This record gives sequence, C-alpha cells and structure tokens, in this order.
Amino acid sequence: MTAETLIEVNDLNFSYGARAILKGIQMSMPRGQVVAIMGGSGSGKTTLLKLIGGTIQPTSGYVKFAGEVVHELNRDALFKLRRKMGMLFQFGALFTDLSVFDNVAFQMREHTNLPESMIRDLVLMKLHAVGLRGAHHLMPNELSGGMARRVALARSIALDPMLIMYDEPFTGLDPISLSVIGNLIRRLTDALGMTSIVVTHDVQESLKIVDYVYFIADGVIAAEGTPKEVRESIAPFVHQFVHGEEDGPVPFHYPAQTYKKDLNLEDNFA
Amino acid sequence: MPNRIVSSIQNIGHRVIESVWRLGVASRFFILVLLKSGTSLRRFNLVIRELYFTGVLSLIIIVVSGLFVGMVLGLQGYETLQKYGSESAVGTLVALSLVRELGPVVAALLFASRAGSAITAEIGLMKATEQLAAMGMMAVDPIARVVAPRFWAGVISMPFLAAIFSVMGVFGGYLVTVVFIGVDEGSFWSQMQSAVDFRFDILNGFIKSCFFGVAVTAIAVFEGYDAPPTAEGVSGATTRTVVTSSLVILGLDFILTAFMFRGVS
Repeated sequence: MTAETLIEVNDLNFSYGARAILKGIQMSMPRGQVVAIMGGSGSGKTTLLKLIGGTIQPTSGYVKFAGEVVHELNRDALFKLRRKMGMLFQFGALFTDLSVFDNVAFQMREHTNLPESMIRDLVLMKLHAVGLRGAHHLMPNELSGGMARRVALARSIALDPMLIMYDEPFTGLDPISLSVIGNLIRRLTDALGMTSIVVTHDVQESLKIVDYVYFIADGVIAAEGTPKEVRESIAPFVHQFVHGEEDGPVPFHYPAQTYKKDLNLEDNFA
Repeated sequence: MPNRIVSSIQNIGHRVIESVWRLGVASRFFILVLLKSGTSLRRFNLVIRELYFTGVLSLIIIVVSGLFVGMVLGLQGYETLQKYGSESAVGTLVALSLVRELGPVVAALLFASRAGSAITAEIGLMKATEQLAAMGMMAVDPIARVVAPRFWAGVISMPFLAAIFSVMGVFGGYLVTVVFIGVDEGSFWSQMQSAVDFRFDILNGFIKSCFFGVAVTAIAVFEGYDAPPTAEGVSGATTRTVVTSSLVILGLDFILTAFMFRGVS
C-alpha cells in the first residue's frame, strides 16, 4: 500500500477482565479506501471500531488516527478528533425525537455557528446524496430499515469526516436496499475523498465494493488481502467464510464435553 | 450445612456491597449532571422543550387528583368537625393538610409515576438503541445534551405542580363544603386565611416540593442512563424509578417535616 496511511493499528490488545477479545491486531488503512473487517459474530469486530473511536481503552498497543494516538488523548482532544469521524450504527441509531431533517442537522447545530439558511441547504444536499431529500420532514418511525440507514449515513457525513465506520450496515436489509447501501458507501467514499471501514459478515455484497479485506477470528487477523485474493484463497478459514460452509476451522459445535458424557451414556454403558 | 450458611452470608454481603457501590455510582453521576449543566443553561430552549413533556403533560393528572383529594378532605373534615359544631374550620383543615403535606407529597408521587417513569424509559431506550453512543461518537456529550435538560425541567416543574395540586385541592374542598353542603363561605375563607402562615406553611411546602423534584428527577435520569440496554433492563429500571422515588419521597418528607415544624404550634 503506497497511499498515505490514515489509520495505523499496532499490536492492539483488548480484554474484558480475563477474557481476551483482541490479540495483537496489526492493520494499516490508507486514505480514500474502503476496507472491510470480516469475521464471525463475537470475533471482536465491533470492539475494534470502538477502539478506533476511542470509546474504550486498549489493554496494550495503540490506534493512530491521522497521526494521533487515540487512547492517549484527553477528553477535549478526543471529542475534537471524533468530529473527523462518522459512525453508522447497526440500525442507524437515529434520534427518535427528531425529524429526518433535524437528525442530519444535529451535528451542524451542535458544532458550528452556521446560519439556519445554510444548514438547510447543507442538510438537503446531504439527503440528496442518499436519495432522501423528499423525506426530510418524516420522523424516524415512518422510515423503512433501509431508509433509516440512509438517513443515518447522511447524518454521519454531515460534517464531511475523514473516516466513516460502518457497523454491520447490511444487517436485515432487503436485496435492493442492500445494494443501494453498498453502492452509496463506495460512491460517497470516492466522491468525498473519505476512508471507510465496513464491519460486516455479508461477504458477497462487501467484496463487490471494498478495496481490502481483513478477516478476524478469535481476536487475531486470520487472513487479509484484496477481494480478488480473498475469492481465490485456499486458506481453510477464508474458504469456509467466503463460501459459508458449515464446518471447518470455525467449528459448528460450541466447545463441550463429549456427547456421550452429556447424555450420561458413558457411565451406564461403558 | 455450614456451606449453605457461608454462602447465604456471602450473598448478603454481596448485596450490601453492590448497593453501596451503586449509591456511589449514582452520586458521581449526579455530580456529573450538575457539572455538565452549562449547556442547559446556555441553551435554555432545550430545557423548555423538556418542561413541556415533564411539566405540562403531567398537568392533567395533577389537576384532577388535586381536585378529588380536596373534595374528599372537605367531605371527611366536615363529617368530623360538624359533630363539634366547628364546621367552619373545614377550610383551615383542607388548606393546611394540602400545603404542608398532601400537596408536595402526593404531587411528587404522581410526578414520579407519570414523568419520572417516562424520563427513565426514554433515556433507557435511547441507550438501548445506541442513540446515546451515536451522540458520543458525534462528539456531543449525552449527559450535557440529553440528561441535564431533563433533570432541570423536572426540578423546575415539581414546585409548580405541587402548588397547582394544592390550589386545586382547596378549590375541591370549597366546592364540596361551601357549594354542595352549604358551609358559610365567609368563615371558610377567613378562617383559612388567618390559620395558614406564609412562612411556616406555604414556604415550607414549597421547599419540600423542591427537594422532591430534585430527588425524583435525579433517580429517574440515573436509572435511565444506568439501565441495561435490553427490554427487561429498561422495564426494570422504570419500575425501580417509581419504587425508589416513592420511598425516597416519603422518607425525605418525614425528615423535612421533623426539621421544619419543630416547635411550631
């Protein structure tokens, strides 16, 4: 990777008490790319996003964003840094007491002194980019799941961030909404010169739009590569994940004592 | 057997430590809310919006309950007082019971179940649907933007609601005793006027309702913010808000009364 690095993750470890979630993660994300982080449920993908956003502290190692080590910043500096980041939560996390318009305008009103007429124009432009200019007067409970996520996307690009993190953006969407969101992520990244990190387990949709993929399993990076390399990979884990096979390096069964023992067969018949 | 005893003692200890710890967390949260109230004061329209939801929307239950409590007081008071031929003192009875005790206490209990539970449920659901986390990621502090305005709105509305409750109660008492039963109107009002003291009765009632307002709203916002982000978590927190605030209101009322009415004849 030759482009300038926006995010550098170095030997990152994180644990909840004694349970290690991330073990020595090493990543480098250049500006202007869409990077996917894939892995099964509970593999620590969302934790990684939280560490990049600075909402939790690493046990050791660091995340560097635009040259600053995230966990070393004080509160004010961290809040300043977060203005350069946007995050799209799994189900949008729109403010349910505000209209679509006010949701998108939220950050502009909180962080800038722009006059209301300019905010109006900016909000309509952001909503136009996600195709929902006509829905600006609706309340979040009047939106479908796909629309809510597009509004949340418009809200997260409100202040033209350098980075947007997407936490499972494809979950629970119909095929049309799914490809709309996928294409939006790609188009907005290119048009606004941002960097995007997509945490997902939707392999087929994300491989269409991303530049680079990391696979996380059991807290370590199990594999990485471009979509082409990933599709052709013969590494057992990647093969299992990309093709959705039931059993493989990721076992079907949760660790347990032997089946016979659980059914009390060994004591009686052994 | 000894094992069982040890484990039950451990259980008690665990619960005690847990409660003390939680009280500490709640106190720290309360101080944080106070420290981060600057935004609410600078942008007072945030508080005004919440005043509508906590104060104005509680009006109907306060007005109706106040009216009925006053009517019952008038009726019961008249029944007893007329045996001694002093039914004209019924106005004093109604007014003193209301401004000293029933106004602040019953209004606060109603406020806890109407507005307190709503505040807890709203903040809890905002947390469960990641709205608070999203706000944090947008570099906006949820305590300053969401919690503090709701807290101040509750603190401001409570004394007004208690006062309205008392006024409606006195009106209810008047309606029953003077209009329906026929107690002399002049003595009803004049006895009330001479018996109710501004400093001891009305001011103390007002101070009580301020304490209750702080207590109920502080409990409500803390329970909401602290609620586990699940359906059971939010419903449990809502219940705890109503139960804890009710107990705190009654306990506080006893303490405040003991201090306020010492040596008052």
